[in-house]
Amino acid sequence: MPKDGGIGADTKRREDVRYLTGTGRYTADINTFGQAAAVFARSTVANGVIKSIDTSAAAGMPGVLAIFTGEDFAEVGGNPAGWLINSRDGEPMKEPKRPVLAHGKVRHVGDAYAAVIAETVEQARDAAEAIVADIEELPAVVDMAEALKDENLVHDEIETNQCFDWGWIEDNRAATDEAIKNAPHVTTLELVNNRLVPNAMEPRASIGTYDRAQDAYTLQTTSQNPHLTRLLISAFVLGIPENKLTVIAPDVGGGFGSKIYHYGEEALVLAAAKKLGRPVKWVADRTESFLTDAHGRDHVTKIELACEKDGTFIAFRTETMANVGAYLSNFSTATPTFLHGTLMAGNYTVPHVYVNVKAVFTNTAPVDAYRGAGRPEATYSIERVIDKAARELGMDAVEMRRKNFVKPDQYPFASAAGLEYDSGNYDALMDRLEEIIDRDGFAERRKASESRGMLRGLGINSYIEACGIAPSNLVGVLGSRVGLYDAATVRVNATGNLSVMVGAHSHGQGHETVFPQIVGEMLGIDPASIDIVHGDTSKIPFGMGTYGSRSLAVCGSAMVRATEKIIAKAKKIAAHMLEAAADDIDFTDGQFTVKGTDKSVGFGEVALKAYIPHNFPIEDIEPGLEETAFYDPANFTYPSGAYACEVEVDPATGKVSVDRFVAVDDFGNVMNPMVVTGQVHGGLAQGIGQALLEGAAYDADGQLLSASYMDYVMPRADDLPFYEVDHSQGTPCTHNPLGVKGCGEAGAIGSPPTIVNAVIDALNSGGKAVTHIDMPLTPARVWSAMNTA
Amino acid sequence: MPTVSMTVNGKSVSGEVEGRTLLVDFLRNDLHLTGTHVGCDTSQCGACVVHVDGEAVKACAMFALEAEGAEVGTIEGQANADGSLNVIQQAFQDHHGLQCGFCTPGMVMSAASLLKENPKPTEAEVREYLEGNICRCTGYHNIVKAIMAASGQDLSAIAAE
Repeated sequence: MPKDGGIGADTKRREDVRYLTGTGRYTADINTFGQAAAVFARSTVANGVIKSIDTSAAAGMPGVLAIFTGEDFAEVGGNPAGWLINSRDGEPMKEPKRPVLAHGKVRHVGDAYAAVIAETVEQARDAAEAIVADIEELPAVVDMAEALKDENLVHDEIETNQCFDWGWIEDNRAATDEAIKNAPHVTTLELVNNRLVPNAMEPRASIGTYDRAQDAYTLQTTSQNPHLTRLLISAFVLGIPENKLTVIAPDVGGGFGSKIYHYGEEALVLAAAKKLGRPVKWVADRTESFLTDAHGRDHVTKIELACEKDGTFIAFRTETMANVGAYLSNFSTATPTFLHGTLMAGNYTVPHVYVNVKAVFTNTAPVDAYRGAGRPEATYSIERVIDKAARELGMDAVEMRRKNFVKPDQYPFASAAGLEYDSGNYDALMDRLEEIIDRDGFAERRKASESRGMLRGLGINSYIEACGIAPSNLVGVLGSRVGLYDAATVRVNATGNLSVMVGAHSHGQGHETVFPQIVGEMLGIDPASIDIVHGDTSKIPFGMGTYGSRSLAVCGSAMVRATEKIIAKAKKIAAHMLEAAADDIDFTDGQFTVKGTDKSVGFGEVALKAYIPHNFPIEDIEPGLEETAFYDPANFTYPSGAYACEVEVDPATGKVSVDRFVAVDDFGNVMNPMVVTGQVHGGLAQGIGQALLEGAAYDADGQLLSASYMDYVMPRADDLPFYEVDHSQGTPCTHNPLGVKGCGEAGAIGSPPTIVNAVIDALNSGGKAVTHIDMPLTPARVWSAMNTA
Repeated sequence: MPTVSMTVNGKSVSGEVEGRTLLVDFLRNDLHLTGTHVGCDTSQCGACVVHVDGEAVKACAMFALEAEGAEVGTIEGQANADGSLNVIQQAFQDHHGLQCGFCTPGMVMSAASLLKENPKPTEAEVREYLEGNICRCTGYHNIVKAIMAASGQDLSAIAAE
């Protein structure tokens, strides 16, 4: 049993109190004396040449303080992509500049070409509408296959719409082709991984402030990783020295990837604040979020699975077109490549894998990492084609998976897609799943549904993902332009309480509660005496932020290492206080004891001694008790799971209802089961949303048809069931100190194929030989598939 | 500009507003009650739900002037008199019914309205009532559970976790 409030306890979240009482402090809640408001003028066409922008009428309107256009930022840098991907022919990817404001051309609906700063937001909005932009509309490039014909260009200067043509692993291509050519059975599936809008409930917002006395800037912004934002603004976009720029991400209302990235609005409010000598605040409305937040997914894939007649896998081969939108967002080139292709062996011992990804520019919003980021796309392709292959071969799809699972005695396992899985037990996950879903009872439940005129389907699949990004040495070889370690400082105050400064940002994940559980247990002190400080570059040492389910596995590991340093130093102080050698000191439950004696001092006394160092061996030990650690992981972590759902399909309407959803995940060790379960719930809702409801729809002119909650279907409470979530089969990660793997994205990764597999199963049970329907499985699509099969 | 007067969380307040000023902007900008959030501008997401004369209302879909003379309740006025969480707020914490917290004020205000109208709602009734409140973090499981717990119902029948 976990100790009270320690590792493994279901500690209630302390941050909840402020959110439940309306005292949270999100960026839009912050008002600063003298602040002005920014509103952006955005393109209403998807592709066009900016002939002129006449701001004269707008400039004379009430309250207007300044107007910026792309011309004002023509000489500053662009917002870069964080990963350099090389094409199969060795050529580096195409990297057109992403300016602060559109200059020369607009490239998607919503692309900002001007910004108005005024006394009030209403005045700024009125003036933005009075800007006269002469934009010559060009044919929009929307469909990826059309884009690759290069008849119309998103970026004229690169002379193509193809960003890169990547092969993974290129040296394995010939062998994979040969294996597929000679295989007894090949199943082919063409599928679309539908484009999604992350839709954090808090729209993006930024406040720029400039302090003339210090020549220093502060940016308060809706960010998952303030240090990365600072680095991008400093090193690439505005050139503000890092020591003159503080980035603060206060309470942030969800991110799901969309708030990893640096956006032009952040640079604009900083530049405007300096020009005006006043704080400048911008808050997006929801339609701006739809038009300009980085979207997710948007792959078109052909996957082939070659296997023996007995279902033994021989090869996976895929060809994918991945949309990157109009500009390269910061992680956009890593997401369809190293976060996708490397997972294309799934949970399986398949000997051959080859992945080809063409990244395509289109006149749409940038596409980047969204909850799962590449792994949902890989999982969906693999787990859908396996079900199709099993159906073709007349095999049970679960048995087919089990036949090919990596077995527990094969770790560390080198996958055919180039990763080394450290731990897992996929059969144990599947056993537990089949038990909870009561697979044996499914036939009865199907009968019961049929007696009510409904078709019942069961979908079961596995997933594996790579989290905790990542080993800097490895990602450096793979093209990353940054390191992906994290950092923490543990500060023990004189009176024994602690401030722990961490690089990971918490925007729903519960770090403020869970991280103290860990440090509290290590130090044998009450977690309530430990505060987590995050989201402020002036207070924390460094950090690469929160994404890729990395907070605990990477930043948590840094925190553990810093706490170990605290213990090591405290032991020396205790040894001095107890007149013993440091090696003779035991530390348990917050007490330092001389081995074999009853001589001891408590943690609090040692802390006090560190700050009031009377009779202190200053030759050997510095006063104070504060330690910092940077942690760079040795490998990715590999969460895995087995998911099952049961759906009912109404044959009269095609409507799908999710009756049950069971998720059995291996996250390694679990620090706070309540929080971990909550993370799975949220991921499942987003995955089920992708499968059944959500889709960002652009028309042929590049107009976003789904740009509000009246058009884009967000999952509501009555679309979803209670979930059954289990973590009992965890296998600890072998290479980080807590043995944790990461839980933030699993639900969104594992669930889309489960739903689609279940619907296909339901339709086939009703005698409809449907092999595939593209997501979202709307009633219209399901009904139409049933009635054309 | 016209003046508007109302009672907010039991206190009389008044202020000058434009005709186009929304109730949510008056609460947030003039009264500094920033617990009421704006998530969508089109009255879909429910982050701005407040109580006006006892009814749940989306404060982004009502002008401040329309609340003239009304009794308005916001999330800031929900805790018990001693500052402790009320039954619904406490149930949300106990059952992990929130993550990023942005939709939470609206959820709590809607839940209060639901339980006033229907003190023992079924799971289906809770889910249907929350149609106008979007949460992107929790998948609703723990919100539904929290509201049912706040209503004093036995939760043992709810799916195992």
